Amino acid sequence: MHEYPVTVQIVDIASETARKNNGRVRRIDLVVGEDSGFIGESIQMYFDVIAEGTLCEGAQLFIEGVKPQLRCEKCGKHFERKRFSFQCPYCGGDGEPTPIGKEFYVKSVELEVEDQ
Amino acid sequence: MHMMKADVMVDIHARNNHIAEHVHEHLAEHKIFAVNIMGAPGAGKTTTLENLLKHLDVPGYVIEGDIESNIDTERLRKQNIAATQINTFGACHLDAPLVHNAIHALPFDKPGILFIENVGNLVCPAEFSIGEDIKLLQVSVTDGSDKPYKYPLAFEKADIIVLNKIDLLPYVDFDEEFFMKGIRHLNKTAPVFKVSGKTGEGYAEAAAWLKQRAGF
Ligand SMILES: Nc1nc2c(ncn2[C@@H]2O[C@H](COP(=O)(O)OP(=O)(O)OP(=O)(O)O)[C@@H](O)[C@H]2O)c(=O)[nH]1
Ligand SMILES: [Mg+2]
Ligand SMILES: [Zn+2]
Repeated sequence: MHEYPVTVQIVDIASETARKNNGRVRRIDLVVGEDSGFIGESIQMYFDVIAEGTLCEGAQLFIEGVKPQLRCEKCGKHFERKRFSFQCPYCGGDGEPTPIGKEFYVKSVELEVEDQ
Repeated sequence: MHMMKADVMVDIHARNNHIAEHVHEHLAEHKIFAVNIMGAPGAGKTTTLENLLKHLDVPGYVIEGDIESNIDTERLRKQNIAATQINTFGACHLDAPLVHNAIHALPFDKPGILFIENVGNLVCPAEFSIGEDIKLLQVSVTDGSDKPYKYPLAFEKADIIVLNKIDLLPYVDFDEEFFMKGIRHLNKTAPVFKVSGKTGEGYAEAAAWLKQRAGF
């Protein structure tokens, strides 16, 4: 349910790019951070249904996941968070949230375009 | 026929964010300060906005977001609070288009504070901007002290955190130190107000903070 409306947005964004280029979408590359709040598998599941009858019909959806990273306030290094811990594995300092892992965007599309 | 690759780099939330900006402009024109109240079902979102309104001598408006029903809206109207209902019919959060439709149902005849009670859910509401000025995170001691660790985004994005049901502290294992430690890793600035909807304590302080933040 949660992924349905965002999958509509993804199809809209890709279709818009196809329209501008007089083409059809063959492939979409999507970036989904693990902390974006959206599940790649779930988007994948809705995609074919939503794409039907649009310029994305029959296109393949490729999803690149991004693991969330914290940044250590002491040594500045980035690291992956462990459960119930914010501790830096390098120096023991405290990690703070970063935008890494919250990505949620259409990176690129491949279009099939009529020759002029 | 040939293939071409086009770089897109468009955020999936772009359309929602665009409408959220429009909502925010509309509210700002009417000098309305909007508070997005997020929290798990039953954490005390409605209780908190009722109590804050009692302490704020500023006109108040409410948009209630629920999957179904208008129970909370009726509850507020009985207290003569200008309230309108959004039903999401299955969606687990409010988004900007839904709020955009609802703001035109409220009069906004005087400058004031608009509370938008999001759908009871500690996850999804944090991901969607709805044109608010600030996000208020409602948690309660019965939710458990591990919540910042399990639902980090809501805590990270909150501008103010209200910890409710402190009258129940003697009956639950709520580890306040663990709770606060989790919050401070995620969020250095949001104040945490301890309140009880049962006794009314703590709301005067939270309301004073809000009034100042809203510029009234
Ligand atoms: N003991 C105690 N109960 C409380 C307190 N605050 C709220 N409650 C009770 O908790 C229940 C839920 O409160 P609401 O304010 O309706 O919670 P909500 O977050 O708006 O709930 P939804 O809108 O259904 O998600 C009600 O039965 C309240 O009476 C409190 O401080 N102490
Ligand atoms: Mg409620
Ligand atoms: Zn470090």
